[in-house]
Amino acid sequence: MQISYNPGKILCMKIHIPNSAFLGNIDPFLRNFGTSNPDTLEITANKQWISIHPMVIAMIAALGLSLKPKQVHCETMEARSKHYLKRMGLFDFLKIDSGIEITEHESAGRFIPLKQITNSEKLTEFITEVVPLLHLSPKHTEPIRYILSELMRNVFEHAVSKIGVIMCAQYYKKSNTIRIGIIDRGVGILNTISALHKAKTDLEAIRLALTPGITGTTKRIGGTDYNAGAGLFFIKSIATVNKDFFVIYSGNGMYKLLKADNKKSVRLHADPFKDKHSKGENFPYWQGTAVGIDINLDSTEEFSLLLDLIRKSYSKAVKEQRKAYYKAKFI
Amino acid sequence: MKIIKLLPKTGIFAENKDIAREIRIKYITPTLEKNEEITLDFEGVESATQSFVHALISELIRNFGNEVLNNIYFKNCNKSVQEIINIVVDYMQAAT
Repeated sequence: MQISYNPGKILCMKIHIPNSAFLGNIDPFLRNFGTSNPDTLEITANKQWISIHPMVIAMIAALGLSLKPKQVHCETMEARSKHYLKRMGLFDFLKIDSGIEITEHESAGRFIPLKQITNSEKLTEFITEVVPLLHLSPKHTEPIRYILSELMRNVFEHAVSKIGVIMCAQYYKKSNTIRIGIIDRGVGILNTISALHKAKTDLEAIRLALTPGITGTTKRIGGTDYNAGAGLFFIKSIATVNKDFFVIYSGNGMYKLLKADNKKSVRLHADPFKDKHSKGENFPYWQGTAVGIDINLDSTEEFSLLLDLIRKSYSKAVKEQRKAYYKAKFI
Repeated sequence: MKIIKLLPKTGIFAENKDIAREIRIKYITPTLEKNEEITLDFEGVESATQSFVHALISELIRNFGNEVLNNIYFKNCNKSVQEIINIVVDYMQAAT
């Protein structure tokens, strides 16, 4: 996505939907993002084929939600896979007529089209009604509804996102993977974390948010009665144990947990920078937070085994964090 | 002993922290303040989030001390729910 200024000084945001943008190769797409609060949004797309992660679709939908239909300009899509964007509900969120005609087939077992969830009660409804439609075994349902609940609840508690949460998910049969995108347009992680912890950049704030025991609701390591500061660490741990991608992008910062080597034993680090990862702090500014996660169903551990691994590392991690944070003050 | 059945309040996936806090404030804390025992019956609950269990019991351990666990019984918990409860109990005890 690019930003340009026309002679009338109207801020214009341009998004080009590429041929391919999944978590492994999402960086070029994110690098082209512009700034927040655009006056117009121009969408172009690869003319041959479009294959993109739900995180990308949800980000575009979230941008469209804050604009009026006359502010959104979308070129006529030519790619053969354009029907996919229509079926996911992207053009409904952008409030534009794509001119694409489709026969809607049942989404059950294949995908969750774009959803906007605006409060805690609607989230509970969503999880109760929609997740079963993915037709997953209990072993696979548990981590997925866990991830959806914790990530979306985070938004309602911390993000102050006027549009709530935008999410969608897709099952990929070939790789037997579920890919999920969860987006908000709230205050961003830096804003939440830096009110109580030492973080100067978006990436520093993302690092703290992924560290066990640190929450945006209290300075106290270990949290309050309502927040433990464990949510994002758990999500990252689920992705680590299953050797999946996990991306979190807020403000100018992006952290990506990379797929770990299948042969190596898993270690859950309190410091996300000790995990196999890539990161950047000069990405174009995203107002709010965008999260993408892949869950490979072939490598999914039994959820209770996964939790056992987390239990073994969590208390130790919080203790270490507390030790590092609270020091004797000699005067 | 007071028994709280969670399923009617939480559904099969116990994830709503507001409900957890309400159960704690309305039922659990008053019972423990009277130095009585309480059973949290998870029958039918397939899984719970760490956030839910944290909102349900962390403040009890913080306020009443680790020994409060002598007065709370967790009944009919499957493996996943047990793991989540153990995680919260472990880190809260490490914190107090």
